[in-house]
Amino acid sequence: MSAQLKIAERLSVSRTEIEDFLFEEAALLDDWKLTEWLALFEPGASYHVPPAGSPDDADPAATLFYVMDDYHRLSERVKRLLKRTAHVEYPHSRCRHMISNVRILGGDDRAFTVTSNFATYRSKRGRTELYFGHHNYVMTRADGSIRIRQKTSFLDSDDIAEQGKVSIII
Amino acid sequence: MGMEMAFAGQTPPLVDDRSANGIFRVSRHAFVEQSVFESEQREIFNKCWLYLGHDSEVAAPGDFLTRSVVGRKIIFTRNKAGKVGAFFNTCPHRGALVCREKQGSANLFRCFYHSWAFDLDGKLINRPGHESYADDANANGEHNLVPVPRLESYRGLYFLNFDRNACDLASYLGNSMEFIDLVMDQSADGMEVIGGTQEYGFKANWKLLAENSADGYHGQPTHATYFDYVMSTNGNLGDNVVKISKPHDLGQGHAVVEYGAPWGRPIAKAVPAWGEEGEREAAALRADLTQRLGAERADRIAYTNRNMVIFPNFVINDIMAITLRTFEPVGPGQMRVNAWALGPKGEAPKARERRLYNFLEFLGPGGFATPDDCEALALCQEGYSNMAEAGWNDISKGLNQERPTIEDEVQMRAFWREWSRRIEGERA
Ligand code: FES
Ligand SMILES: [Fe+2]
Repeated sequence: MSAQLKIAERLSVSRTEIEDFLFEEAALLDDWKLTEWLALFEPGASYHVPPAGSPDDADPAATLFYVMDDYHRLSERVKRLLKRTAHVEYPHSRCRHMISNVRILGGDDRAFTVTSNFATYRSKRGRTELYFGHHNYVMTRADGSIRIRQKTSFLDSDDIAEQGKVSIII
Repeated sequence: MGMEMAFAGQTPPLVDDRSANGIFRVSRHAFVEQSVFESEQREIFNKCWLYLGHDSEVAAPGDFLTRSVVGRKIIFTRNKAGKVGAFFNTCPHRGALVCREKQGSANLFRCFYHSWAFDLDGKLINRPGHESYADDANANGEHNLVPVPRLESYRGLYFLNFDRNACDLASYLGNSMEFIDLVMDQSADGMEVIGGTQEYGFKANWKLLAENSADGYHGQPTHATYFDYVMSTNGNLGDNVVKISKPHDLGQGHAVVEYGAPWGRPIAKAVPAWGEEGEREAAALRADLTQRLGAERADRIAYTNRNMVIFPNFVINDIMAITLRTFEPVGPGQMRVNAWALGPKGEAPKARERRLYNFLEFLGPGGFATPDDCEALALCQEGYSNMAEAGWNDISKGLNQERPTIEDEVQMRAFWREWSRRIEGERA
């Protein structure tokens, strides 16, 4: 039996369930339903984007990231992005979030870690930018539903000279 | 008087500086033309002192990093004796990039193509089949890595110059040194670059970022959502931003604005969100500054922000955190940006974390502000496609004001006068 299956057996959550959750998350982001997206996080959750090319153990307390949001700032980010005065995203860019290679890496029913690959396209004023890499999650289950406790998005490009900014939730 | 009348049939200059008449304009051709881009390479980037990196980035003997400076590939390193050097990252044999890592620690650099090896001073120390070369083949050092023509530092900041005959760095930095000191004096143990470089880009001409980096006029309209965030986090913005603000033309194209802080400063102005602990720590930092530097200088460091542009493309912004930033053209309408966070050596882990958290509330490609600058600059550049019919940028705000503020355009005019002197020559 593969290590993956062994972990899944210990947990009451299945990969299919996690995939459904991640696809739903991607759909909310594609549709700019950011308030609903924020509701996928538990209060106290955090959201990080380290500099492109960072290793999985990059530490936002010692390294300059792109995004280092605690729950307060993440809520503020959502508020900001939904305003007309968030100029870079007004009018909203068109985005498509692709999620694949979903794996449950470990944990128990109280907290488990999940990883997925991503490719996110952003299009605005005749230009299209591609962000690709992997997301790492710590998830929990409360009252039967899955919640995000921690999400970090790792970009694989050498830098973001082409994309220029991380103005959307990738 | 119209443009055409003013220049009586002659080609108008790119920088139309008639300050006495309240006119200061820059031609949009300056942002778009390939010929201007080429004269900038020749007259500015090949002659000015350009920021390379900070002492702390190559802290130990053998440390190195590779970095692009206006398209040149540079190895920045510290040799075994502790001396900092900079070399062109190209093999004297056939030209291959010798060093392919972004950073690390090395005893030697080996070009993998034919395996020539160089020590940390760039000297050839080994190559396969050395017996087939004449004994004096490297007598003139032609088989060594080529060092940059000039490398000098001021308070840990290393600059290079591609012009062997350039004036020394201190003369070049001139009045900006006083303001560099206000940053470097923040710690008795010196300052360091904190891990990580933000490498991003703007789809705009590099000079738009030189203007933007010390532009107080765009703050409220462009960064409205950032100020909303500060309000919702701290409840107020204070009222001294503009009141105590002062732009300084530092000469030689350098300029700085000083102004009050509507946000928290790691050294050392606490905001309510930092709690009592944060307030206590800020007070302790201010006490240390006062003891070392006196009350007046301590207050200036703790409570005022500084946005400084060192001509042509180096920025030190001492705001809700300290950022060092360079930006270089890769064409008339595209630039690459490198940005770093600077902090005191030996900063307490909690304070370091707060500094980085503070940095990211505003700065960088994922901050609440920089992405909107990115958009504003891209829109300017796109607007210049209309330059045949709509050809001029206005930079006259605050001309002839007795007491200009951060919301005037003194800083940009300082930049443009120097730019014009170098590109268009001295004019009567
Ligand atoms: S190109 Fe470097 S050894 Fe030949
Ligand atoms: Fe700005």
